Amino acid sequence: MSSEAHGDHGGHGDHAQAHGSFRGYLTGFLLSVVLTAIPFWLVMNNVLDNKQATALVIMAFAVVQIVVHMVFFLHMNGRSEGGWTMLALIFTIILVVIALTGSLWVMYHLNTNMMPGHDMSQMP
Amino acid sequence: MTTADIAARHDAEAANAETVFYLKDEHDHPEGSSTALGFWIYLMSDCLIFAMLFAIYGVLGANYAAGPSPKDLFELPLVALNTTMLLLSSITYGFAMLTMEKGRVAATQIWLAVTGLFGLAFLSIELYEFHHLIEIGATPQRSAFLSAFFTLVGTHGLHVTFGTIWLVTLMVQVAKHGLIAANRRRLMCLSMFWHFLDVVWIGVFTFVYLTGMLR
Repeated sequence: MSSEAHGDHGGHGDHAQAHGSFRGYLTGFLLSVVLTAIPFWLVMNNVLDNKQATALVIMAFAVVQIVVHMVFFLHMNGRSEGGWTMLALIFTIILVVIALTGSLWVMYHLNTNMMPGHDMSQMP
Repeated sequence: MTTADIAARHDAEAANAETVFYLKDEHDHPEGSSTALGFWIYLMSDCLIFAMLFAIYGVLGANYAAGPSPKDLFELPLVALNTTMLLLSSITYGFAMLTMEKGRVAATQIWLAVTGLFGLAFLSIELYEFHHLIEIGATPQRSAFLSAFFTLVGTHGLHVTFGTIWLVTLMVQVAKHGLIAANRRRLMCLSMFWHFLDVVWIGVFTFVYLTGMLR
């Protein structure tokens, strides 16, 4: 960071805060449209005929689309703010993964092991 | 600074030679130089809020209490329309940022207004959906699934509402003061907020609506 940028209109350029380009936004938008349309098509027309596989595929599409948004709309890269935004993002992702998998895992086992009487399909 | 001066300073520094491990003189922080990072960290904390709400929905999403299930309630064409509105608002905000870079005030205002209209369209469709659900008795009190659904989707909708209010505020600011450095910084923060909400919506339509229909 250059400390010489005290001029009244010089300060903006050294900020390394890329706002993207028209081509970048358009690429992100078109990719998002495709990555949104395919999951909706898969579910609405029941294309795969297998619920588990469909769920996994649309989750994968969501992850890819989130990465597309991060790169083309939020302009994430390892260099902005000296790498601190990327570090904050990685830390958050670790917390989110621990919280989500932990909750779902533990509560799934609680549901299946602790409430035997509530399984309506076993009822006479 | 002459060599004599430098030598004198070195002597003075040697005289009170105590080792410090921090910056003795706070160096200059230009106004707003850390706003982008600070705002990003706020967004990450917001991300944790949504992660918890997603976890709650994941745990309680199948507890219907003999009430309606996602298949009975959700209309995917409406969700697809809503997704389109939010995606279009994202790209128009991107165009607003590009015209802002070029310093074109009128064009920036137009793109911001278009973004706001798409945001309002999104909110109207969501409110219509909520109103419809409550009207047919699928209220938040009906089952744990519906409580979790309304909390998660409602929190997102509330974020969009406040984003829209913020957008209008910034349009007034730009109209009054033009695209000054402070306004550019504020618009940059709102753009991060807006795109972040679109990222959260990807999780909502995939995890809540689409996988809900698969149950």
